[in-house]
Amino acid sequence: MPQPIKATNDFVVKFANVNGSGSASANELFARSILRMGVPVASRNIFPSNIQGLPTWYEVRVSGEGWLGRRGGVDLMVAMNPQTWDKDIASIDPGGYLLYDSTKPMPASKFRKDINVLPVPLTELCNGAYSDPRQRQLFKNIIYIGALAALLDIEASAVEWLIAEQFEGKKKLIAPNLQAINLGHEYARTHLKGACALKLARTDKVGHRIFISGNDAAALGCVWGGATVCAWYPITPSTSLAESFAKHCKRFRIDPVTKKNRFAIVQAEDEIAAIGMVLGASWNGARAFTATSGPGISLMQEFFGFAYYAEVPAVVFDIQRGGPSTGMPTRTQQSDLLLAAYAGHGDTKHVLLLPEDPREAFEFGATAFDLADRLQTPIFVMSDLDIGMNDWLCEPLAWDKGRKFDRGKVMTAEELEAGKEFGRYLDVDGDAIPYRTLPGTHPTKGAYFTRGSSHDGAARYTEDGTIYVAGMQRLLKKFETAKSLVPQPIARPAKEKAKRGVIYYGSTSGAMNEALDALERQGLHLDALRVRAFPFPDIVVEFINTHEQVYVVEQNRDAQLLKLIVNECAIDPAHFISILHFDGTPITARFITKAISERMNLDKAKEAAE
Amino acid sequence: MTYITKPKLHHPGLATNKLGFTHRDYEGRISTLCAGCGHDSISAALIQACFELDIEPHRVAKMSGIGCSSKTPDYFLGQSHGFNAVHGRMPSVLTGANLANRELIYLGVSGDGDSASIGLGQFVHCVRRGVNMVYICENNGVYGLTKGQFSATADKGSKSKGGEINADSPIDLVSLALMLGASFVARSFSGDKKQLVPLIRAAIAHQGSAILDIISPCVTFNNHAGSTKSFDFVRDHNEAVNRIDFVPAKKEITVDYEPGTTEIVRQHDGSVLKLAKLHPDYDPSNRAAALAYLQERHAAGEIVTGLLYLDPMTEDLHGHLGTIDEALNRLNEAELCPGADALEAVNNEYR
Repeated sequence: MPQPIKATNDFVVKFANVNGSGSASANELFARSILRMGVPVASRNIFPSNIQGLPTWYEVRVSGEGWLGRRGGVDLMVAMNPQTWDKDIASIDPGGYLLYDSTKPMPASKFRKDINVLPVPLTELCNGAYSDPRQRQLFKNIIYIGALAALLDIEASAVEWLIAEQFEGKKKLIAPNLQAINLGHEYARTHLKGACALKLARTDKVGHRIFISGNDAAALGCVWGGATVCAWYPITPSTSLAESFAKHCKRFRIDPVTKKNRFAIVQAEDEIAAIGMVLGASWNGARAFTATSGPGISLMQEFFGFAYYAEVPAVVFDIQRGGPSTGMPTRTQQSDLLLAAYAGHGDTKHVLLLPEDPREAFEFGATAFDLADRLQTPIFVMSDLDIGMNDWLCEPLAWDKGRKFDRGKVMTAEELEAGKEFGRYLDVDGDAIPYRTLPGTHPTKGAYFTRGSSHDGAARYTEDGTIYVAGMQRLLKKFETAKSLVPQPIARPAKEKAKRGVIYYGSTSGAMNEALDALERQGLHLDALRVRAFPFPDIVVEFINTHEQVYVVEQNRDAQLLKLIVNECAIDPAHFISILHFDGTPITARFITKAISERMNLDKAKEAAE
Repeated sequence: MTYITKPKLHHPGLATNKLGFTHRDYEGRISTLCAGCGHDSISAALIQACFELDIEPHRVAKMSGIGCSSKTPDYFLGQSHGFNAVHGRMPSVLTGANLANRELIYLGVSGDGDSASIGLGQFVHCVRRGVNMVYICENNGVYGLTKGQFSATADKGSKSKGGEINADSPIDLVSLALMLGASFVARSFSGDKKQLVPLIRAAIAHQGSAILDIISPCVTFNNHAGSTKSFDFVRDHNEAVNRIDFVPAKKEITVDYEPGTTEIVRQHDGSVLKLAKLHPDYDPSNRAAALAYLQERHAAGEIVTGLLYLDPMTEDLHGHLGTIDEALNRLNEAELCPGADALEAVNNEYR
């Protein structure tokens, strides 16, 4: 028997449940009560594409040091699902703990010798206290939270406070919930005293940070960014973004006098119609967006080519999930990068923003509207299921006082009246971005015909190859202009001079930060660069060229970011080593550390041998 | 619609409307369609209707998909913005444009390939939503630009130019529109300007989904014996249920009418439709009866035209959504962005 794992404010608890059993809110209560003690947590739902009856997991990474990615491994398993029992037990780290419902005796063969069991007769306790069948099911979850509170030293006040907050509108539910907490607490205190060496202790590491999901934050970004039209089609994991937008609009976007809506949300018949509506609205001068996932992006391809060529702004949130095809709709991946970057037939390229967490989902969400208007082209915010549907501890959402929308180059009636030259696709300023007019601006000037067919500077149909080529070259130049407007990469230099670098992006950030720290402690130093947008600013190429070897860490099979870099920056693929994680679960710090350290140690050994 | 280049200067005696615009001000670029195309007649009818309604050209947004019909918005209302979308997707683009600015007039122009095949889904859903628009389907039963394939509105048994017989049942956009709750449904014929122009004027004034299915023969690929969409066939089988006389909102009704044979219908915007009943039993306010009548007459080989259904006081998509009365695209930071302090309050709720 290995030593029982002993840790304070640094461990992983995983809950194995059956979906539809009411476990989600209980588990969230657990995570939030730890936050209330000032201890950072990162929680992740790993759920099935199903409403009731299939396995679901909730993983809570407790980290006093503030690591917010997945660590990997499990220190304490709360095994509530007989269907997945064997795999769940097998996944516990040696010396770890197992909390389970001990009402019915279990054969010894169902356990492991190298873990510590924490039996709690949950069903028995629950049935003794409640008679209603639904309550018996729901409160079983609350009882194990009570037991965990006793085992891990969660402050009672934190739990009570949260329950009071959660049931503010339904006060009569507070007492039975507290009763359930106490049942579990009392049992564990009496029967499992000293059985668990994982402990929580109050700190002040949470600070002013907030706990929010990426989809909720992105929806707030749309409200603050001035979106008035949302057209969408339900698809996991993006649905909650549109629903959050509706919720926040009802609060912030009602005309105070007329009580009418300063927004329009349409649930379209499919994703094609959704993007069509977005383009119609954007063309007509409203800020419009859609939220979707990979299959939706596939369906929207023709319109993306149109918007690229006819230069119509649009904001698209791609909450990426596991592909291809229906793939793993409730699991996470970063596998739509190439699809989005080159969406549409013919020669097309699109601007991608790569947020690392909900705070950036908000920031990039709002900025996307400025970029779409400025560049007159679709802007993709490439979030993913991990960011979108999980609550993340992150820096507060920020908005500069007096920040103005950048509506880009829109020629006004006054300018037209004053005789300013207008040609819809003329590059008059050298940045390759033309002026547009909005329909209804001027009775006799500035009208043009938007088309996906080849056109000249005045938007007239043409089949003249020279004019066509000039237009296509201007679009390339416009893409160059985009490099300086998009969010720039963030560098994290190694503590010691490093000849190797690592590039990563998006939701990999949390695990990457922890992995870099772990590698450093092993004496393995890498300069790191977090890429935040495509097209890649020149600094990305400089970073690559100043390192002998560059690791690129991604959550897809085909090294999609690496391919984009090789393709767009014309760099020899031999310069890179891909670290890929694509099983649908969020990448872990342990995975990255192991993959990079093995490779680096191998290289070191080789160098020593030479 | 223009098919020969005309000088920019025009005769000082040329008729102007109340806004001082001449007919020419509503024209567009030179049509590239085949000489004699029914679509050009529809463009001409649109130009006349807009001229007569004293519409400022820039207050109209022209939307279309892909196909011969969808090319036409380039040939009328040259001072209006146009949007030539991708194939079959005009309805969604129009819907979005309408959401952004409810103050413009939205004119959707499509064809039978664009609306009844690739775009049937979008047609159906935009009608269901009650988007305030004029949706014109220039219906010739054939794919013109790809040279003569049957479209989904081609009648079963009709013959192609190459002699092929169409075995598939036709889609009737008018019946579909009726089933889907369109509040203004009409069918007309490109060769009957007298019927068409007042219908277009009434449709523009209508504050909801106005669907106009206009049989518009294709002179090149579908104007032969054995086609049910040829000039000759449509002329011979056209059964108009009524004739309308359209009176805009601000005009007084001065025309006399015989009680019993003429019906007066007032629309949302105050405009008035005087319907001369050609079929005394036809009641355009009865959706179910209209559907039954269409089915019955179609079986008898007739093409029923006229104003087939009207709900003059319907509520449009903006009504369902409860949006503000002004255009959403005019709102600025002050009206849209809750600001830094409000965001700090939001942050607190997530702590």
